[in-house]
Amino acid sequence: MRNLRSFLALAVMLVLMFCLFSLASAQDQPYAGVTVRVLSFTGPQVTEPLLRRGPDFEALTGAHVEVTTVPFSDLYQSILTDQATGTNSYDAFVLAPQWLADFVTPGYFADLSGHVASDEAIQWDDIAPFFRNFIASYAGGVYSIPLDGDLHTIYYRTDVFADEGLEPPKTWEDYLTVAAALNGKDLNGDGEADYGSCIPKRRAGQGYWWVLDVAGGYLQSQGTGQGAFFDTQTMNPLVNNAGFIRALEIYDETTQYGPPDELNLELNDTRSLFLTGRCALTIDWGDIGSLSIDPDSSTVAGKVGTLLMPGSTEVVDRATGALVPCDETTCPYAIDGVNHAPLAAFGGWGGAVSAASAPEVQDAAYAFFSYMSQPAQSNVDVTMGKTGYNPYRLSQTADLAPWVAAGFTEEGAADYLGAIEASLNSPNMILDLSIPQTQRYQQVVLDTVISQFLAGEFTAEEAAQQIYDQWQEVTDEIGRDSQQEAYLASLRISRDD
Amino acid sequence: METLERDVPLSKTASERQIRKQVRGSRHDNTARFVFLLPTVLIILFLSIFPLVSSLLLSLTRVNFVRGGLDIKFIGLANYEKLLLGSGQRHFIGSLQAPSLFGGLCWLVVSGLMIFWFMRYVQSTGRSITGAFFHLLATILTIGMFWIVVATLGEKGVPGTFVVTLIFVFVGVFFQYIIGLGLALLLVQDLPGRRFFRVIFLLPMTITPVGIGFLFRMMTNTSVGPFAPIWVGLGLRDFSWAETGSGARTAVLIGDIWQWIPFMFIVLLAALEGVAHEQVEAARVDGANRLQLFQHIIVPQIAPVSMTVILIRLIEAFKIIDMPRLLTGGGPGTATESMALHAYNEWRSPNLGGSAALSYLLLFVVTFVAIMFVNIVRQRIGEHL
Repeated sequence: MRNLRSFLALAVMLVLMFCLFSLASAQDQPYAGVTVRVLSFTGPQVTEPLLRRGPDFEALTGAHVEVTTVPFSDLYQSILTDQATGTNSYDAFVLAPQWLADFVTPGYFADLSGHVASDEAIQWDDIAPFFRNFIASYAGGVYSIPLDGDLHTIYYRTDVFADEGLEPPKTWEDYLTVAAALNGKDLNGDGEADYGSCIPKRRAGQGYWWVLDVAGGYLQSQGTGQGAFFDTQTMNPLVNNAGFIRALEIYDETTQYGPPDELNLELNDTRSLFLTGRCALTIDWGDIGSLSIDPDSSTVAGKVGTLLMPGSTEVVDRATGALVPCDETTCPYAIDGVNHAPLAAFGGWGGAVSAASAPEVQDAAYAFFSYMSQPAQSNVDVTMGKTGYNPYRLSQTADLAPWVAAGFTEEGAADYLGAIEASLNSPNMILDLSIPQTQRYQQVVLDTVISQFLAGEFTAEEAAQQIYDQWQEVTDEIGRDSQQEAYLASLRISRDD
Repeated sequence: METLERDVPLSKTASERQIRKQVRGSRHDNTARFVFLLPTVLIILFLSIFPLVSSLLLSLTRVNFVRGGLDIKFIGLANYEKLLLGSGQRHFIGSLQAPSLFGGLCWLVVSGLMIFWFMRYVQSTGRSITGAFFHLLATILTIGMFWIVVATLGEKGVPGTFVVTLIFVFVGVFFQYIIGLGLALLLVQDLPGRRFFRVIFLLPMTITPVGIGFLFRMMTNTSVGPFAPIWVGLGLRDFSWAETGSGARTAVLIGDIWQWIPFMFIVLLAALEGVAHEQVEAARVDGANRLQLFQHIIVPQIAPVSMTVILIRLIEAFKIIDMPRLLTGGGPGTATESMALHAYNEWRSPNLGGSAALSYLLLFVVTFVAIMFVNIVRQRIGEHL
C-alpha cells in the first residue's frame, strides 16, 4: 500500500514537472507552432544568412522560417502580385528600400514602429542614421528592418598599382587611364592577359546603377538635397545634358578595357573575375571587401584597396545643361578640385512584414528580422563575404576587431571601412531614387536604354533623349505633381539623428 | 383489295406512330446531347474565351495598384498606339532605315510574288469578294512586315522585338526541320546502333528549357566556360557571343535549334517509317536514283506530316522566351528580346495593359503567319498530290 502511495506520489510529481517544463518551454518559445514565410532574392548572398540563422531562431522562439527565393529582376513584381491579388503566400519580404513607396502606400506592409520602440535588443540607435532613415522609414513609420548597408565604392589591386607605379583614380578620366594602362597585362601570374576594368553590364541584371555611379559626379555638386535624378522645380529628368552624355561615353569606353563578354556579365561574374585576380579595377558594393579575405573564393587577399567613387572636375550647369569647371561656387564640396558624389546605390536590403498576415505571424516575422539585425548576429554576418551584408551599424565600422578576426589585416580593414565611412559622410552623397514606381524608372527604362546604348543601338545623345522621353512619360502617367512631391520628400530624408 | 385498302391506313398509322416515336426519340437524343455537352462547352468557353476577352479588355486599360486593390482606367487603343507609333515603337518594331541592296532586292521579289499570288486569285474561277479582300489584306500585311524586316536589318537599322521574334521563328524552324529530317533519314537506314542513337538524339527534348539555357550560357562563355580552351585554341580568346546583336542572336538560335531538333526528328522518323515500301521498290526497279527516290517518292509521302510539324513548331516558336531570358537577358540592348520576353518585361514593370497589348499583337502575328502558311501549303500540296 505504502509502495502504491509512493508510486502515485512519484507519478504526480513527474506529471507536474512535465507540465511545468512544458509551460516553461512555451514561455521560452513565444512563437511555437508559428511559420513565417519569407520571400527573398535568389542570391546566394542576402538569403544565405536567413537560411543559416533560421534554425537558430526557431530553437530560440519556436517560429519556423521558410524562405522562398526569386531572381532579383522578379522580386518587385512577385511582392506586388502576391499582395495586390490577396494571395498572401508570404508573411515577410526582403526587399529594396526604394520600393517602400509602392508597397507602403497601398497598405501592404505593417507599420513596425511599435515593435521597434519596445525592442531593446535591436539597438535601433546603433544603426547608422542614414540607413535607419533611408531603408527603414517611410511617411513617418518604420516599415522595414535594415539587414544590410549598401553603397558603391571602387576596388583596385594595390599590388598591381604599386608595381606599375600608378596612382588610384580620383576622376573618371583617371579611371579610364589606369584601366587602359593595365588592360592586357597579366595580373594574376597565370601567363594570360587580364582586364583593366570589370563592370557587370548584362541587361536585366543590376547594371543600371553603374552608369549612375559615373554620372553622379557630373550631375550633383550642391549637396545631397540637390538630387541627381530630376530637376526639383520641374521634375524634368537630369539626363539630356552634357554631364550625363559624358558619363555615358565614359561608361561605354570602360567596355574596351573589360572582358570580351562584359555586356553579358552579371555581378557574380565580375566579382569572381576580380577575386581570381583577373581585373585591376571594379566597382561594387561592400561585398568585395569581405569576399576578398575568403580563401575559398579569393586569390587576392591583402591586395585589395577601397576608394571613394571617382568624381569630376566639371559639373552640369542646370540652367544651360552644359559642363562648367569646378570652383568654390559650382563645387562647394570638392576635394582637391574634384567633385565626388558617391551613390548610395540600392541603399541596403531590409525586411518588411505583410500587413495581411495574422498578428502572431507578424510578431514572429518582426522578431526574426530583429534577431537578424541585432549586433550579436549582424556584426558577424557583415564580415562574411558570402552573406552579401555590408556594414550599416555604427558599431560595425567603429570596431576593427571583428574584421581582423575575420581575416582582414588591420590596415586593410581600416582602408575598407574608411572608404565606406567617407562615402557615408560625404555631404554630396547621392540618395538613390525612392519615389513611386522607381522600379519602372530604373529597372525598366534606364536598364533597357543603357543596354541598347552599350550594344550600339543608340548614340549617347539618342540614349539620353530616350531616357528623358520615357521618364517623362512615366512621370506624366503617374502624376507630375505627386511624383515631384515624393521626390522632394525623398531628398529631405535626414542623414543624421 | 378491301384488305389492301384497309391495310394501307393501318400501316400508315403505324408508320406515322413510328415516325413520331423516332422524332420524339431524336428530340430526346438532341436534348440529351445538349445537356451532356453543355458543361464541357461552358468550361472550355470559360477557360479559353474568358481569358481572351479579359486580356483584350486589359489591353485597353491602364492598371495601377492602389490601396485596397486595382485602379483600372480605360484608355482605348493608347497601349497599341504607344507600341506601333509612340515611344514603344523603337523597342517593338525597331529603327527603320534604308535597307541594304540585298534586302531591298529580297523585298522586291517577295512583293512581286505576293502581288502575283493576289492577281492569280483574282483571276481564278473560285474567287469571291470576301476571298479577294482577305487576299489583298494578306498581301499588304506580308509586304509591310517584310519591309520592316529588311529596313531594320539594314546596315543602320536596329530590329525591334517583332523582327527578332520573326528571326527566331523562321531561321530556327528552318534549321530544326532540315537537321531533324537529316537525322531521321540517317536513322531510318539499317545502320548498326540506330536504336541507341534514336534515344541519344531525343535527349535534348527531355531536358528542361531552363537547364538548356544555363547549359548554353556556360558553353558560350569564352572566358571561363568549358569550351574556353577550344576558343583560345582557335584564336578566339577575345571573341564574345554577347558583343554584337547578331552574335547573341546566333547563340540563342543554336540553343533553340538544339533543343527542338528532337521533336522534328521523332515525328519525321515516324513519317519516314510509314513510307510505302512497294512504291520505293517499284521506283528502284524502274531505275530511280536516290535523289529521284527522295524527291518523287519520299517527299510527297511525308509532306503532310512535314507541314503539320512545321506549323506546330512555327506556332510554338513565336512564344520563345526561356532561351533569350536565360542566355542573354534579352540583350545586348534588345538584340535577343522576343515578343514574349518583351510582354513579360512589360508585365514585370508592372505595365499590365501594355503587356496585354503586346500579347494581342503576338496573337495577331501568329494567327496571320499560321493562316498564310496553311493556305499556301494547302495550295502547293494540292497541286502536287
